[in-house]
Amino acid sequence: MKDKNQQLPDLSQDEILRYSRHLLIPDVGLEGQKILKNSSVLVIGSGGLGSPVALYLAAAGIGRIGLVDYDVVDFSNLQRQIIHGESRLGDLKVKSARDRMLDLNPEIQVDIYNELLTSDNAFEIADPYDVIVDGTDNFPTRYLVNDLCVLTGKVNVYGSIFRFDGQASVFDAQRGPCYRCLFPEPPPPGLVPSCAEGGVLGVLPGTIGSVQATETLKILLDIGEPLIGKLLLYDALDMSFQKVKLQKNPDCLVCSADPEVTELIDYEAFCGMPAHDHEEGSAGEEWDITATELAERLEQDQDLQLIDVREPHELEISRMEGATLIPLGKLASRMSDLDTADEFVIFCKSGTRSARALEILGSAGFRKIKNLKGGINQWAREIDEDLPIY
Amino acid sequence: MPEIKIPTPLRPYTEGQSKLQAEDGTAAEVLEEITTRYPALKKHLYAEGGQLRPYVNLFLGDDNIKELQGLETPVQEGDQLMIIPSIAGG
Repeated sequence: MKDKNQQLPDLSQDEILRYSRHLLIPDVGLEGQKILKNSSVLVIGSGGLGSPVALYLAAAGIGRIGLVDYDVVDFSNLQRQIIHGESRLGDLKVKSARDRMLDLNPEIQVDIYNELLTSDNAFEIADPYDVIVDGTDNFPTRYLVNDLCVLTGKVNVYGSIFRFDGQASVFDAQRGPCYRCLFPEPPPPGLVPSCAEGGVLGVLPGTIGSVQATETLKILLDIGEPLIGKLLLYDALDMSFQKVKLQKNPDCLVCSADPEVTELIDYEAFCGMPAHDHEEGSAGEEWDITATELAERLEQDQDLQLIDVREPHELEISRMEGATLIPLGKLASRMSDLDTADEFVIFCKSGTRSARALEILGSAGFRKIKNLKGGINQWAREIDEDLPIY
Repeated sequence: MPEIKIPTPLRPYTEGQSKLQAEDGTAAEVLEEITTRYPALKKHLYAEGGQLRPYVNLFLGDDNIKELQGLETPVQEGDQLMIIPSIAGG
């Protein structure tokens, strides 16, 4: 990747000892380790994927690593985001991650960007780095990272996870397809659940993030066969890895010979969803009911019906008395059990799935429907403190 | 009978099944058979106009069916048809 004639930095005695297991591999060796020291990588996201990526790249001696994340460490992150710890709850993720990386390897430089990557700042943030690693948690930022890489000629080391499934690839539009060649458009909002909504096995990002870190090192060292033109699919339940072939799309909007997209666009508008996977379940002000309002209504109105659109196993965590369970995936087929003349309040964990349920019911002619804003978690915060929040 | 591999995000619509069997046929016929069996799956695979959604990719073995004969690609005994959706978690 690097210009071979470029003057490479020397390694100190300490660095030679630190990286001795690399120096013993002929494919890396002293020169390879110097190349890594002279390299720079930008990691987008310091969460599930960003954690192992940043830790392994720091340990491997990448000279300069940038981290982009605007979030703070939350208790529910610790099940998988292993770069952070309980002592850093509430701290900026980029600071927590940087401290851990520098503890692991003080020889490297870690730059932090405590901001959301946007079309306005992306070029400037990415400019100093050789390779970009996509460890984001949402579609708008994935399309932004892809287009940024295509437009700047940088390599995009891609990884994505959901429950037990993982995907990884290396999108290098100069040598193969880009993310848009595979997925020209994002799914409609609400159709594909996020990890915040659908869950993820805590170890899964460890597997996929490690693949991303491996591919990054291979690209920088120019060794082996990177996942260019290939998509790696991992199924943790089957413990199967499968590689499929990806082709460049001759009509790709961004990486074809005659591209339509020649600058960064508004990716939240393009995807119709916000650039984060935080749950802000709202069906729009007109359709929302707050937990406090619902509690008042339930006291006055015996006929108000509660519909829980979560999955059956979520009832073991928390439940609302008197609610009827109709999982979102079964709503369309069980809608005939409901009377459009009745009044319903729909809820889920935090309001995202129930907002989708409102769309389904609304298009079927239901009018007296409300979405419990913030879901059963908000009910637990405001009304029933005995209920756990998850 | 070919095997159809269902990715995790779509399993709520196949009653949790990760692998389905269908009669030999074209990719379109195989999808028709499984979406008849699991109607909730249909809207996740097809757009309202009836074409495959752009974010759903079908692979026969290692190859995207777009590179073969599209939905007319024959799918037979011993084949595995994989549905690969876009996921965004990180």
